[in-house]
Amino acid sequence: MSKKVLVLGETREGALRNVSFEAIAAAKKISGGREVVAVLLGEAVSEFGNELIAYGADRVITVEHPHLKSYTSDGYGQAFMAVVDQEQPEAIVFGHTAVGKDLSPKIASKLQTGLISDVTDIEGEGADAVFIRPIYSGKAFEKVKLKEDGVVFISVRPNNIAPLEREERSGDVSSLSVDITNLRTIIKNVVRKSAEGVDLSEAKVIIAGGRGVKSKDGFEPLQELADLLGGAVGASRGACDADYCDYSLQIGQTGKVVTPDLYIAAGISGAIQHMAGMSNSKVIVAINKDPEANIFKVADYGIVGDLFDVIPLLTEEFKKVM
Amino acid sequence: MNIYVLVKRTFDTEEKLVVSGGQIQEDGAEFIINPYDEYAIEEAITVRDAHGGEVTVVTIGDEEAEKQLRTALAMGADKAVLINTEDDVEEMDQFTAAYILAEYLKDKEADLILAGNVAIDGGSGQVGPRVADLLDINYVTTITSLEIEGETVKIVRDIEGDAEELETSLPLLVTAQQGLNEPRYPSLPGIMKAKKKPLEELELDDLDIDEEDVEAKTETIEVYLPPKKQAGRILEGEIPSQVSELVSLLRSEAKVI
Repeated sequence: MSKKVLVLGETREGALRNVSFEAIAAAKKISGGREVVAVLLGEAVSEFGNELIAYGADRVITVEHPHLKSYTSDGYGQAFMAVVDQEQPEAIVFGHTAVGKDLSPKIASKLQTGLISDVTDIEGEGADAVFIRPIYSGKAFEKVKLKEDGVVFISVRPNNIAPLEREERSGDVSSLSVDITNLRTIIKNVVRKSAEGVDLSEAKVIIAGGRGVKSKDGFEPLQELADLLGGAVGASRGACDADYCDYSLQIGQTGKVVTPDLYIAAGISGAIQHMAGMSNSKVIVAINKDPEANIFKVADYGIVGDLFDVIPLLTEEFKKVM
Repeated sequence: MNIYVLVKRTFDTEEKLVVSGGQIQEDGAEFIINPYDEYAIEEAITVRDAHGGEVTVVTIGDEEAEKQLRTALAMGADKAVLINTEDDVEEMDQFTAAYILAEYLKDKEADLILAGNVAIDGGSGQVGPRVADLLDINYVTTITSLEIEGETVKIVRDIEGDAEELETSLPLLVTAQQGLNEPRYPSLPGIMKAKKKPLEELELDDLDIDEEDVEAKTETIEVYLPPKKQAGRILEGEIPSQVSELVSLLRSEAKVI
């Protein structure tokens, strides 16, 4: 049985997030050929509609309202449920992002359905689709499906499901007018702490530093390499605790879980809690002075040496070939 | 202030996972309070000490979970409730847990409910917001700061590394993010006192819940360990030659650059 699927599209810093295209690809699998409808919520978002269609959405519905300028679970909840009421979807896909994590349980609760969060892979199509998600911080995986007939609701972890090829297509972008009232949360301010540019959870390349980085300044060579490769800088808890960097960079069991194509761990010993946040990365490179460091056990490639020797050389070497 | 904390007993972080027959083997494993729930307990105690009232910790599980509840009492919570589902619920998912907790909480007139933002075992982060929705109260997830001034609640929450400052009001459910506080260790007098604090045990019958009402909506078909990674390659030679070998391996063999 094929399913009509709603996908929540998300923007960040005035552009669509990659995870939205990945969510559309996931929706296509679940739909088994039926319609995939993308939903955009915000103050002024209709300009992004065509891009979602280029990535595989058949149709786009926008809800625009001044109260949707900042995300609140009340505002987005009311807007998304209005779209659900109109469209009566059989499946819903969100990105497992800050917004997705906060909003999806509320929508699932209202629909009295199961929600399969943080999905990294999908087996099968249509009604036979089975969802794979990491548990125990990536130390194990589970295969989950919906038990009975109901709305299939999943959130997909960024960077795991490949988006569809972009192609020029046409599709309808329509707007739905929703009365957004009674917001119980008022957003006062957002203090930027994460680095400009590449988002850690969506980065294809991450250069992460640990205690071996030794100081705030020690992160500079890592940042240079990250900039060159179009990646982001991350850190172990040790580096954050030592105040070498902000906790927003922390990767691990507490902190962010990341799955980039390339993870370079510099001066990170590889505590089990750190590995929980990065061990599912596609390729791992470890650079550490200590040949016995745990991180070498999960690394695909290792260099035993001082990161302050290795990282600048690595940057130079990449410059030569790129 | 009437404060409730939702607590989950989880595998110790350091435990090695053993899977057999498509399930995680729990025999002999160490269990702890989910680390994010510890932040929630600490914050509840701090709020109570500043504003008065009572902190009740609630968990769903079997008798084994009493140990984690006693730890929460030793940290300073006033009362504990174990909703024992051992005999009634075979398969539990986030829908089940939220339904049971909401049925328990619905007539408690809670001012503030705290939970961890995610449990480190299942990792779904759903139960808190689901409970708030069922109780029809507001919720704020992944908070790193909480200030209550009269009816106003000022919160800072972590949104993918950025700090969002917001205002809301009670009643409210919040979920704790790392950085909210530094959870205290139970003191020896705390541990002694905890033995005498009330720990109530309830079953679904006591909450007028039918087993059918809480049937899980999702089904785990299989649990498995990720494929063992082949031992990595430690490069050899002078550092500059290792670096150029690495770059060429990343380009030609791993093909990630």
